[in-house]
Amino acid sequence: MAELPKKPFAWQKWVLGVVMVVGLIISAQATGTNLPMFFQNFGQFTIIFQQMLSPDWSYTAYVVDPLIETIKMAILGTTIGSVLAFPYALLVARNIVTNRWVVGIFRFILNVIRTIPDLLLAAIFVAIVGIGPVAGVITLAIFTFGMVGKLFYEAVETIDEGPIEAIKAAGAGKLEIIRFAVIPQVSNYFVSYVLYAFEINVRASTVLGYLGAGGIGVFLQRALSQFRYDRVGLMVLVIFVVVLVIDYVSGKLREALI
Amino acid sequence: MKTSTLPDAPRAGRLRKWVLWIALILVIGWSFTGMPLLQIKDNAVEVAGAMFSGLIHPDWGYVWTGDGEDLVSTLLQTIAIAFIGTFISAIISLPFAFWAANTKHKNWLVSRSGKIILTAIRTFPEIVLALMFIKAVGPGAFAGVLAVGVHSVGMLAKLFSEAIENMDGGAGESVTAAGGNRLDVTMLASFPQLLPEFVSNTLYRFELAIRSASILGIIGAGGIGTPLIFAISARAWNRVGIILLGIILMVTLVDYVSGAIRKRLV
Repeated sequence: MAELPKKPFAWQKWVLGVVMVVGLIISAQATGTNLPMFFQNFGQFTIIFQQMLSPDWSYTAYVVDPLIETIKMAILGTTIGSVLAFPYALLVARNIVTNRWVVGIFRFILNVIRTIPDLLLAAIFVAIVGIGPVAGVITLAIFTFGMVGKLFYEAVETIDEGPIEAIKAAGAGKLEIIRFAVIPQVSNYFVSYVLYAFEINVRASTVLGYLGAGGIGVFLQRALSQFRYDRVGLMVLVIFVVVLVIDYVSGKLREALI
Repeated sequence: MKTSTLPDAPRAGRLRKWVLWIALILVIGWSFTGMPLLQIKDNAVEVAGAMFSGLIHPDWGYVWTGDGEDLVSTLLQTIAIAFIGTFISAIISLPFAFWAANTKHKNWLVSRSGKIILTAIRTFPEIVLALMFIKAVGPGAFAGVLAVGVHSVGMLAKLFSEAIENMDGGAGESVTAAGGNRLDVTMLASFPQLLPEFVSNTLYRFELAIRSASILGIIGAGGIGTPLIFAISARAWNRVGIILLGIILMVTLVDYVSGAIRKRLV
């Protein structure tokens, strides 16, 4: 009788499994994870949740202005970050700039920027420029720069080389190559990435205010520190609606612009 | 001599695009209104300079002091929060993923409701969640673990459900054709196809959880964020510098390792 071939001993899977288990045990100790304790105190959690489920509707009028400020912050941050990311991405794309050192160094800078979490940037810029939406705009601009820059240079590196060679053969310079052979191939990607960044920025901008960087987060922080969970509930609900609307608009814009 | 010209782009589409672009520029212009762009603090340059010099001269003494409050200990705690938080969220995500996956055996209303719940979880600000957990279990890393664990479900279950939707049905049909029952289909066809995808998604989420875990400390949920916010409010820029370097190094390392594993999986 024919037999199935034997599987080779999957030692890698075993190593991974052991690492996982040991990692979990160590992590549980390091973080003081105690799930029974959580379930004992689950009542506390549900009390807060119940308060949030009965939102303070009278507060709606007060959150409209900070909400508009939040959206403005997201628009400005996305715009500034994307405008900076566009030339930078061309600079770090291997098929545009052939100098390996230039590409390597600028790509390293981009990667470092991308590692810093958004709220951490907000904490730093609140310390530098002071409390207010400007710190939020700068934070979002840097965050967008890292994200769009990375996505866009990857798109630039996958373009078809044919048009570049063709117009190079016709005597085009570097700028003409970028203008007539590169940009037409990647502009749709760029628009799509910018809109994607905008969606993420709207979500991010709602909490930046928690650290003083403007927008509805400031009010969120105030309500949380006053234990007004009914107001927190209202704001979470309003943020949810705004995010849904923005996602919808951004989806429609993507269809229209591309 | 006749010069040839390029044909014009279709009129109607061009006009629509122009209108859209103008509207977009107007919206951006509107966003500038009411922004106190010039009202930044007088000593902003000074602070930025101090911060920059702190970055160049980091407080090396903070790297390891042995009291459990130093850079290495809090960074390890941050990784631990992300690790166990992601693990918890992967487990919670499984049922949610099967709920939200739009497969042909199921009423679309069911998957639609699952998707809406996942969107709601994704939108719920992680900081608010962490504060709620701090109320329940007290400040510390455990609250951070719970916040990461619950918040990550929104995205992870979405990725899982997409993997289920994109699964190739052929393998399952072959098992059925060879006389396998439903359990056989699950164990021999679905599970082997989904596992690498699930592990890859979980690792990706882990990379993001590392970033969340390093900021949740700002509100007292453990990890590197706590010493960071103390250092910022005390204007101890040398310490801020070393903590930033530590975070950048940690995130880069985790991204690299996790990315290398993911590349081998898929």
